[in-house]
Amino acid sequence: MLHIVACIKQVPDTKVAKINPKTNTIDRASAPAILNPYDAHAVEEAVRLKKRYGGVVSVLTMGPPPAVKAIRKCIELGADEGYMISDRAFAGADTLATSYALAKALEQIAKQRPIDLIICGKMTIDGDTGQVGPGIARRLDIPPLTGVNKVVEINKEKGYAIVHRKLEDGYEVVKSTLPCLFTVEKEINDISFAPLPNMIKAARYHPTIWTADDLENVDRKQLGLKGSPTIVSKIWTPPKPKGGELLEGTTEEKVEQLLSIVLEKKELFQS
Amino acid sequence: MNLEDYRGIWVYIEVKDGNVAPVSLELLGAGRMLADKRGTELGGVLIGSGVKPLATTLFAYGADVVYVYDDPIFEHYRTEPYMRALLDCCHKHKPEVLLYGATPTGKDLASAIATDLPTGLTADTTILDIEEDTGLLLASRPAFGGNIMATILCKKYRPQMATVRPKVMKALSPDPARTGRIIEEQIELHEEQMRTKVLEVVRETVKKARIDEADIVVAGGKGMGSKEGFQLIHELADVLGAAVGASRDVVEAGWIDHHHQVGQTGVTVTPKIYFAIGISGAIQHIVGMQNSELIIAINKDPNAPIFQACHYGIVGDALEIVPLLIKRLKEELPKLNASADAKEEIRHA
Ligand SMILES: Cc1cc2nc3c(=O)[nH]c(=O)nc-3n(C[C@H](O)[C@H](O)[C@H](O)COP(=O)(O)OP(=O)(O)OC[C@H]3O[C@@H](n4cnc5c(N)ncnc54)[C@H](O)[C@@H]3O)c2cc1C
Ligand SMILES: Cc1cc2nc3c(=O)[nH]c(=O)nc-3n(C[C@H](O)[C@H](O)[C@H](O)COP(=O)(O)OP(=O)(O)OC[C@H]3O[C@@H](n4cnc5c(N)ncnc54)[C@H](O)[C@@H]3O)c2cc1C
Repeated sequence: MLHIVACIKQVPDTKVAKINPKTNTIDRASAPAILNPYDAHAVEEAVRLKKRYGGVVSVLTMGPPPAVKAIRKCIELGADEGYMISDRAFAGADTLATSYALAKALEQIAKQRPIDLIICGKMTIDGDTGQVGPGIARRLDIPPLTGVNKVVEINKEKGYAIVHRKLEDGYEVVKSTLPCLFTVEKEINDISFAPLPNMIKAARYHPTIWTADDLENVDRKQLGLKGSPTIVSKIWTPPKPKGGELLEGTTEEKVEQLLSIVLEKKELFQS
Repeated sequence: MNLEDYRGIWVYIEVKDGNVAPVSLELLGAGRMLADKRGTELGGVLIGSGVKPLATTLFAYGADVVYVYDDPIFEHYRTEPYMRALLDCCHKHKPEVLLYGATPTGKDLASAIATDLPTGLTADTTILDIEEDTGLLLASRPAFGGNIMATILCKKYRPQMATVRPKVMKALSPDPARTGRIIEEQIELHEEQMRTKVLEVVRETVKKARIDEADIVVAGGKGMGSKEGFQLIHELADVLGAAVGASRDVVEAGWIDHHHQVGQTGVTVTPKIYFAIGISGAIQHIVGMQNSELIIAINKDPNAPIFQACHYGIVGDALEIVPLLIKRLKEELPKLNASADAKEEIRHA
């Protein structure tokens, strides 16, 4: 019986989000909050591994109260349990403080049921750093396997996992001891359709919610803004490029002009 | 932590197939600028198996000093041994800035180091600067899907760390006469204690156009209408000897695979000519191709943002223009070679 925990985050849908030109921040009203797309793949993979090997899938998020919705989405995808840490003390966390708080919550979850595997998304679509997963692994002192695009085998009895890690021009096959942490690529799986019973369960689901005080042995100095070495000092919209010359005339004339522009770089075509 | 104890600008040197990864050379160029501004040394940290000879390359590209960890245990990149070595180096020599390529390896290693030290880590930086007097690193990065830029500081911790996107910084032209100091380091690591093992490395040899290395990239977008329409992009690329690029929406539609995606979540390209055909020019696409030498856009919408980012634009139907362009290129290109051959003959005569 494996216990797999997927870490998930609720994010503004940056595809439709508008930027407030005055404050240069994301206009939350314009952006529906969604489950970070990469995290959906993390949960999907956890659920697939559960089906393959038997076990329990938990999900964990740190976020404001509305993030419960993202947990419900994971229950739809087939997760069994949801945990959320939510407290003003966590606000303003950079990746260092985020991985600290999540690691503390994971230790707490592990006390109830030891964790064999943690799965994170490759990155989020808002913060977009990809630093939280490896940070959690470091804090818990377990091997991080980033860029996983295939799980070959998990062997709990013998205590190892074998995966494919994506490289820039191929992949490598890596064996690691358990417990370990994966960050997963999108191509690892296709999200399955949520069956009706899951949807019903999800609609009624209430996750376990912890505040900072509920976490044992927490050093408050390492949480939130206070625990964050990085500071966002300035936010601006990149200047618009000034634009190019539009070619005029009939289609034929335009193509002829284009042709001479391209052929000017003749060194590229002479072999 | 006494910030004054930390000196020098460092670049983590990534090794790929026995060579220095291009991004590390680019970072040495950027690091040189920072080091000169601060009046300090530029260091490279070189970890691998049989990598010591690469130090000369690093000096040629701007490094003053190279710290080398050369041991068979470093044959394949693995977080654990590499992290141990780099941590050892940071603790011993205390750099004020440490830069990594924002590659899978660089990001993996940097995240682990930042957690352990601990210190701040700015992700996917595209603009770097440093305050001369305070040494404060100003690292700027796209955020919220590229819609805005954010400048990130790390005031109270050292080293200040950032991963930097490949292809956005410029490598210096190498000076083979430049030399520097090599500092050989040793760290006791035992294979039996390593928790991960690389069983096999599989290179995907499928003919995958390296769009990041191509001189010409012909990129197509949803404006090509269909997978069949997108064939025109392949045809034009064939005629030009170019690599094929694509917008993300095309990749998501399944017309071509992800390796061809140009942009923020794809590849950054800097070819001599970039064609953007039927691509609207979303910011996430622009950031991946804006440093191309010559950008040509074809789009039927005169208000498409791509026209703001190109050098030359044609407003019109790509499905009409591209076949015509292919036809004319097929007529003209052979002449170009013929005249080159003729010149060659004259020279030899
Ligand atoms: C404009 C801007 C720029 C920023 N730049 C930086 C920067 O350069 N460096 C930096 O350290 N911080 C930065 N931050 C802060 C960073 O966005 C937050 O720390 C954020 O909470 C975590 O980082 P991420 O979203 O990039 O996560 P990623 O590291 O991209 O997330 C990877 C995975 O970690 C897990 N995960 C992440 N967050 C949570 C969560 N809250 N709950 C559960 N699981 C989670 C998920 O599985 C996710 O797929 C920036 C913030 C802003 C607003
Ligand atoms: C976090 C994030 C990351 C992203 N990363 C990337 C990335 O790396 N790369 C990327 O490309 N995108 C990325 N995107 C997506 C990006 O925002 C756009 O959605 C995408 O680039 C649009 O693709 P497109 O231009 O092909 O399609 P569309 O926006 O649909 O544009 C099609 C264009 O074709 C024109 N057209 C239509 N028919 C014709 C015709 N017959 N002849 C000529 N022109 C015609 C139209 O006028 C239009 O301008 C990202 C988005 C987010 C939120």
